[in-house]
Amino acid sequence: MKSNIDRSEKVFQGVLAFSAIIIVVLLLAVFLTLAVASLPSVKVFGLKFFFGTTWDVSAEKFGALPFLVGTLLTSFLSLLISIPFSISISIFLGEYFKEGPVSTFLRSSIEVLAGIPSVIYGLWGLFLLVPLVRSLENIFGVTPHGVGILASALILAIMIIPFSASIGREVVTLVPSDLKEAAYSLGATRFEVIKNIILPYARSGIFAGILLALGRAIGETMAVTMLIGNSNFLPTGIFSPANTMASVIANEFAEATGITASSLIYIGLVLFLVTTIVNIIGIYVIRKISLTASKEVT
Amino acid sequence: MEGQLKKRIFKDRLFKYLVILFAFISILPLLLILYYITRNGIAVINWEFLTELPKPFGEAGGGIFNAIIGTFFLIVLSSVLSIPFGISAGIYLSEKSEGKIAHMVRLCVVVLQGTPSIVIGIVVYMWFVVPFKGFSALSGGIALSVMMLPVIIKTTEETLKLMPYTLKEASLALGVPYYKTILKVILPTGLSGILTGILLSVARITGETAPLLFTAFGNQFMNYNIFKPMDSLPYRIFYYAMSPYPEWHSFAWGASFILVAVVLGFNLIARGIAIKWKVQF
Repeated sequence: MKSNIDRSEKVFQGVLAFSAIIIVVLLLAVFLTLAVASLPSVKVFGLKFFFGTTWDVSAEKFGALPFLVGTLLTSFLSLLISIPFSISISIFLGEYFKEGPVSTFLRSSIEVLAGIPSVIYGLWGLFLLVPLVRSLENIFGVTPHGVGILASALILAIMIIPFSASIGREVVTLVPSDLKEAAYSLGATRFEVIKNIILPYARSGIFAGILLALGRAIGETMAVTMLIGNSNFLPTGIFSPANTMASVIANEFAEATGITASSLIYIGLVLFLVTTIVNIIGIYVIRKISLTASKEVT
Repeated sequence: MEGQLKKRIFKDRLFKYLVILFAFISILPLLLILYYITRNGIAVINWEFLTELPKPFGEAGGGIFNAIIGTFFLIVLSSVLSIPFGISAGIYLSEKSEGKIAHMVRLCVVVLQGTPSIVIGIVVYMWFVVPFKGFSALSGGIALSVMMLPVIIKTTEETLKLMPYTLKEASLALGVPYYKTILKVILPTGLSGILTGILLSVARITGETAPLLFTAFGNQFMNYNIFKPMDSLPYRIFYYAMSPYPEWHSFAWGASFILVAVVLGFNLIARGIAIKWKVQF
């Protein structure tokens, strides 16, 4: 009887530990698979891969610079567009309207926005944003592609607002009220309190939220694939069609073989490493903030 | 002095209105998306659309029955694969929360959650599509289960951590073995939280397209065999949206309407469970 329980106990502990360790193994396996499968391409192109501007499947000449530039342009442009909105939402929900029907409405809308599948953002973008961008291009007198970096950045901005906004809201609520009250008692207006107390105090948290949003923007695939125009040349401006690291994989991997597939996996490896680093820094900053916040409370 | 004060008050007002304006502009896309989906989607949805297979281009009519069934299959497959591992890894993290392994696992969960879905698609392609020489619903389910795991693990861990220690002590003091305490006392108490996590993760993967591109692929025919390529709603939307035919575009809207309804439905149920069954201590 006793030994039976002991055995079940051991099995139980074993199962728990096994499934925890499987996560670590899974992640290592993901990394190793990418590393091994990209090896043929790494051997041929090495670091020059990142400076080459031609991506020619038939000539088997691969340089990823157009995609790196495409990813950087779309993701930073989308951050730039989204920051005023996400900070406004953070202040709105964390300071002006902490509770009440208006705040509940806004908060649940943001949550719904985060839940909409990216392929639907892409579909909507194709039928609303692309014509919009096209008319903008007509005004500026550039070739009216419609699809391209600007359209992708716009859709990305909409998609990442919920991420930075929800973290921003949390850090804005964490600002100690005695600090704010001290400023009010000196005669500061609410705007001055926000500008001089809340934003500086919540700075690192807002930064972390933006970092996590950046990680999201870099890795986002479907919506961008549908809106970026699938062009393998170095983008010449924000209106030009391009490809990001994620979208080129989505567009070409299914038909790729040999060195082409390996080069695409090389891009995937870089994508994996970049998003991992960005996410780890973001999480680290957030953890540090919540640690100091919990210390101040106790 | 007076003017200075007025200026400050004016700035204060202006800033407040700007914040309100920007906050509400950011939900404008949501309203527009929902409006577009409803307007364009409802128009195509009828019984035929829900119960028939896609017809080749040129023939009128047809539906997305195979995609609906495929999405259902993929959800079931990925849930079966990820829920057991996710819950037991979550229990591990909440029980051994300070151990070295736990910290490492936690880091891996965060990294896995941030991994772009397209990368997971590539990796699962290398693991299951290349060796078996063909796209399959099973590989799609595996790719999606990898995406579900982090959410399930995190919510399980956080739910169980909220359980009061007295609950566990009471059970152990009655002589109940440790594993039974966890399985029969702690887990049932935290069931609503865990269920919420599972539903949220299902909502997350239902709309995922990128990992399916190279795994489950798509299939315009009906298929119940999980070792063969299978269609799914997001894939069908992508396929129809990128086609040049207006009729297929309207099909994409119809499929989008169903997909959004399903995803939001999962989210709502999850929220309902979280509110209604919340265990208070």
